[in-house]
Amino acid sequence: MKSIRNLSLAKPLSAVLLTFMPLLAFGQDEPALSSGDTAWMLTATALVLFMTIPGLSLFYAGLVRSKNVLSVLMQCFAITCMMSILWAFYAYSMAFTDGGSMNAWVGSLDKMFLSGVTVDAMSGSIPESLFMTFQMTFAIITPALIVGAFAERMKFSAMLIFMALWVTLVYAPIAHWVWGGGWVGEMGALDFAGGTVVHINAGVAALMAALVLGKRKGYPTTAMPPHNLGLTVMGASMLWVGWFGFNAGSELAADGTAGMAMTVTQLATAAAALTWMFAEWISHGKPSVLGIATGAVAGLVAITPASGTAGPMGAIVIGFSGALFAFIASTKVKHWLGYDDSLDVWGVHGVAGIVGAILTGVFADASLGGSGLADGMSIGGQVWIQFLSVMATLVYGGVVSLLILLVLKATIGLRVTEEQETEGLDLSQHDERGYIL
Amino acid sequence: MKLVSAVIKPFKLDDVREALGDIGVSGITVIEVKGFGRQKGHTELYRGAEYVVDFLPKIKVEIAVDDTMVDKVIEAISTAARTGKIGDGKIFVFDLDQVIRIRTGETGSDAL
Repeated sequence: MKSIRNLSLAKPLSAVLLTFMPLLAFGQDEPALSSGDTAWMLTATALVLFMTIPGLSLFYAGLVRSKNVLSVLMQCFAITCMMSILWAFYAYSMAFTDGGSMNAWVGSLDKMFLSGVTVDAMSGSIPESLFMTFQMTFAIITPALIVGAFAERMKFSAMLIFMALWVTLVYAPIAHWVWGGGWVGEMGALDFAGGTVVHINAGVAALMAALVLGKRKGYPTTAMPPHNLGLTVMGASMLWVGWFGFNAGSELAADGTAGMAMTVTQLATAAAALTWMFAEWISHGKPSVLGIATGAVAGLVAITPASGTAGPMGAIVIGFSGALFAFIASTKVKHWLGYDDSLDVWGVHGVAGIVGAILTGVFADASLGGSGLADGMSIGGQVWIQFLSVMATLVYGGVVSLLILLVLKATIGLRVTEEQETEGLDLSQHDERGYIL
Repeated sequence: MKLVSAVIKPFKLDDVREALGDIGVSGITVIEVKGFGRQKGHTELYRGAEYVVDFLPKIKVEIAVDDTMVDKVIEAISTAARTGKIGDGKIFVFDLDQVIRIRTGETGSDAL
């Protein structure tokens, strides 16, 4: 199944294979199951789920005020459950089947209710059930990332409906464009583990949500410091560990590319965390815990699209650049512009995602330590393709997210009442308190 | 009798406790307090969002003593709590009308 993701990576050896791999991918000519690949992908799938619950959940939970700690944990948990079901019902089929005449844009409903995903069905060298579940964990974390933008003020019911519509109308089609045989992948865009599909996509949806919902009551004049940075650092650390499943797992095999994906993920993240730490140290005078943890996440985001193509030194540059731009976006630009992307989903995932996606085109080149561009492709040409894939995600994801939000705002309403917001979402939405001390 | 009430830096509490013990003070009351003086508060920064925290944590120590002890107590606290930097705190001295030991009913100096 790595064929689908590596379609555009015309490595010398695979030139001929590439022609046939899409067929293999869809299980029409099944190769033997590799127990090594399968064992790694079972592990990687668990690691990616671990990123959302508990990783991202804790990362976000620590950043909100104590009266809203349960609400973000609940949102992440409920998203995990709902996306699992929707993915099995139809979203997997939309993303990863051949859509016939519509294949450039979206897959078919042939595998609705996981029709045909049997014990024996294969996807490359691993069972299709495993491939489907691995991809499911991506469809879980992407919407969960958006939670950070509207934290502390969105109605739980509206959140569930928004997420169901979003995964259907935005995530599944874009996943198909990039990985399912759609036009972005065919164009030759490099997105190994989801810079466009996951991070830019979640980032732009988050920005739209922050704009449509509006600021939290009291923002920015009232102090809203994180209530428990210990939770946040734990969550960020779990994200880092889980990300090995995300990036090295995206090879869909236990091979050299997976090993290098793990290496570059570690290096980019370390470089990014240090970048944020020093940037803050220089601009504010002290290195902060929140800063180093946020920098790490920015680095993980930035290296994601490049994790299958960049070399170790390229990865360090990508991590450095991703964190630097995310730092400026989250700590400066957001405050200048005044929008309330509460936990910086756009600033970190959107911005570092874009930087990573563009630099993927640069550091894939063999002269810069990468695995090599397609025959005859220049760095400039690849960067242009990367830029187009970024713009496509920003425009389609942004516009459709905006429309969904506006329709829901006009019908059921997106925000809790002012009284409920002041009381906190834990009590007003769930009749519970996070801390009974 | 006097009540000496001193606001000090929290990390100086052990030194002050020791200095008071050395001059024969037999009991003190310690309270965790917040406030501001010339030191003002401090700022906290979270991803570029700066919050000014107006009130700093301090420790308030209260000691009830005979009039004869007051100067020694003030001297002990001043010496032990001083760092020479802004924010070392203040000492307040009040007249104390009456003291009663609850267990025995003793009053005045006998109850100290």
